[in-house]
Amino acid sequence: MLCNICNKNQATVHLTEIIDDQMNELHLCEECARNKSVQMEQQFGLADLLAGLTEFGKVPEEKDSPEIKCPNCGLNFKEFKKVGRLGCSDCYNAFKKYLAPLLKRIHGSGVHAGKAPVGVAKDVKKNSEMQELRQSLQKAIENEQFEDAARIRDVIKDLEKKEKA
Amino acid sequence: MQINDFLNHTTEWLKGTGPHSDIVISSRVRLARNIEKSSFPQWANKKQSKDILDIIEVAAKRIDYLKETTIFHLADMDAVDKQFLIERHLMSHEHAQKTDSKAVIVDDEEIISIMVNEEDHIRAQVMQSGFNLFEGWNIMNKIDDFLSQELPFAYSSTWGYLTACPTNTGTGMRGSVMLHLPALVMSRQINQVLAAISKLQFTARGLYGEGTQASGNFFQVSNQVSLGHSENEILENLNGLIRQIIEQETQAREIMLNQNRAMLEDKIHRSYGIIQNAHIISSQETIELLSMVRLGSDLGIIKDMDRARVNELFIMILPAHLQKLEKRKLSSQERDIKRAELIRSRLGK
Repeated sequence: MLCNICNKNQATVHLTEIIDDQMNELHLCEECARNKSVQMEQQFGLADLLAGLTEFGKVPEEKDSPEIKCPNCGLNFKEFKKVGRLGCSDCYNAFKKYLAPLLKRIHGSGVHAGKAPVGVAKDVKKNSEMQELRQSLQKAIENEQFEDAARIRDVIKDLEKKEKA
Repeated sequence: MQINDFLNHTTEWLKGTGPHSDIVISSRVRLARNIEKSSFPQWANKKQSKDILDIIEVAAKRIDYLKETTIFHLADMDAVDKQFLIERHLMSHEHAQKTDSKAVIVDDEEIISIMVNEEDHIRAQVMQSGFNLFEGWNIMNKIDDFLSQELPFAYSSTWGYLTACPTNTGTGMRGSVMLHLPALVMSRQINQVLAAISKLQFTARGLYGEGTQASGNFFQVSNQVSLGHSENEILENLNGLIRQIIEQETQAREIMLNQNRAMLEDKIHRSYGIIQNAHIISSQETIELLSMVRLGSDLGIIKDMDRARVNELFIMILPAHLQKLEKRKLSSQERDIKRAELIRSRLGK
């Protein structure tokens, strides 16, 4: 079978396209298939999908969105919407109010639950330990268990001293 | 290691070993990482990209765990070499475009590959043969820890690892499993399976990754969500889903053997006959026939067939591999002839 596009080479790729509920079978040679796939990617680029998603979400104050610019890399939100790729890690902060709902929409959640880089991991552990201690101190005071409270207070003081050192 | 050395080496994901290797070809875990405050590759200028490549190259060299690796700078490579790495799944199609300041770091066993300046500054992957997601993750996690001690990764405590595309934010992790599902395809149950996969927020793609159609009954299933669940949770979910698919494929194979044995044997032996005797064959046809030969070998219908040998053919018959074997450029027609020759010499009687 010859390729449906160039009518020259043997068709080796077989595609089924659905446009407006019309099913279309295409038999293409390698080269035309490659071009076609580039076209398709342009038609259904991730950027469009993302743009669709941001539009879909309740974005606060649409009018001022294009004016927001990342102070670190200079990318503006309009460009991000066009391409679907952020400019640098600071863009997350700069576009926070638009990105937060977008991330939630994509992932169904807006809070990271996975690992952290090695240095950060230690800090996170330390912070959560401290938070737990403070909470139990509060509880101990509320329950008038002052001996416990004093003990916990000393542990916290110790930890804080270590941190300063 | 030179690029040509890979030719004499079975790449990890095609070894045909590991758990459930009759249905699962390979498992892959990849992480996306970026350097904080530096422009992401798509927006970076020449100097910024070069700086990123330099600091990542230096960092990788300092890590003992990555001692047995080679870095390939894409700007120095010809089209066939780049295609060769793509065919071996060591880098993506996207990575081979606009090659300035792009590189890929590969270990001698082809288990680890680290793309520098792809969509993110770092795209690292670990490949395992068979159904082995967690072993893949263990290795990946270790490499990531080493890298994070050398490089200031873009990370926020709320959103996790910050990536160029918001679809990767969070863990930056994508776990993928490559499956061979001929019985589900032949029994027309595959569409239901694919529908279930997407409903559960996983995706299924073809053999050659993103944007490709499934061919030869091969499907790559991966997680879509990367934020809100830990790496282990995501992999557990994927693992559970894959277990169910394996179960269904096994059942479908059994039913076919019991109810349609003659049809199945006919299909497999015909495929084996054609592939052993063809003199001109396209890669698409080869992959479809090899899929049947592999099924025949898995079911014991074709005897004395070494799975690794069939597996290896899946990449040896691809354009860049054929041209490397022949040590010259081949037109598409020449490749179809050389491909048939190669298959006859490897599978012939």
